[in-house]
Amino acid sequence: MSEHTEHSESGIPVKHVIGFIASIVLTLVAAYTTVMSGLPVPWIIAIIMILAVIQAVLQLVMFMHIAEKNPIPQYGNILFGFFIAAVVIAGSIWVMSFGMHDMDMNGGSGGGSGEEHSEH
Amino acid sequence: MSEHAELKTGPLEYRREDGPLTILGFWIFLAAEVVLFSTLFATYAVLFGRYGDATPAHELFEMPMALTMTFLLLVSSFTCGIAVHMMRKESLKGLVIWLIITLALGLGFLGFEIYEFVHYVHEGATIQSSAFWSAFFTLTGTHGLHVTLGVFWCTAIIIQLIRFGLTPVIARKTFVIGLYWHFLDVVWIFIFTAVYLIGMVV
Repeated sequence: MSEHTEHSESGIPVKHVIGFIASIVLTLVAAYTTVMSGLPVPWIIAIIMILAVIQAVLQLVMFMHIAEKNPIPQYGNILFGFFIAAVVIAGSIWVMSFGMHDMDMNGGSGGGSGEEHSEH
Repeated sequence: MSEHAELKTGPLEYRREDGPLTILGFWIFLAAEVVLFSTLFATYAVLFGRYGDATPAHELFEMPMALTMTFLLLVSSFTCGIAVHMMRKESLKGLVIWLIITLALGLGFLGFEIYEFVHYVHEGATIQSSAFWSAFFTLTGTHGLHVTLGVFWCTAIIIQLIRFGLTPVIARKTFVIGLYWHFLDVVWIFIFTAVYLIGMVV
């Protein structure tokens, strides 16, 4: 029951600083990939989404103490929440991607993005 | 406040019997919030590109603006982490100072977001203008509303800290607002990526 935090003995919260610097780097890499890389759009989307997931995990572990030893484990709910979120988002895009190519509302730009997402 | 058996060691917020339970309950709430935002993200993704007669997103989204908002929220998430770190060192003064810095950064973020919305509306991209912009304003607006709520909540916690000091009950409340604030940044990471960055390339 009585667990001390790992960083409580030093003045500088090492975990937070590492998480912070890593988050800044991930954000800048994502921005650079988007604007400067010149990669094909599906590649860019895949890369920056992976970077976002990494950064979210960093926040959970480094800032929100999710992996810390608690009297009650806390990660089960949030993992289930993320699972439901992934199903809702991927499922919606997948279902709504059918037949979108015939509708041509804006020169087909929407249909194109649906196509890229539907790979997942 | 009935006196439960209190532990003498460990983080303050876990010492009372009900501390870990409340924090677990808050994690369940956050999981529900993840699902709430997932429906808004799904709507946004499905309606992506449906501009109608309104201005397309890639003509309005600007990297400096999006990056500024991202960094304001990221830094505020970091300072909020430092605040909880200070709490665990049982430094009330440090905790309050870092919470106030967090609050200021949160207000800065809100200021930029309001400026951004006003700018878009002047460019003809209103919530009524098209399916895409409806989804955009609903998603980012819901996040902005959460930040606004967080600002008021954090203010209330700071007042309680100054009035009652660092007790296990207030420590648990502070830890919970900390979780909420980090969660807002987690959601923003996905808004920055899925809305702004993808909106700029597609």
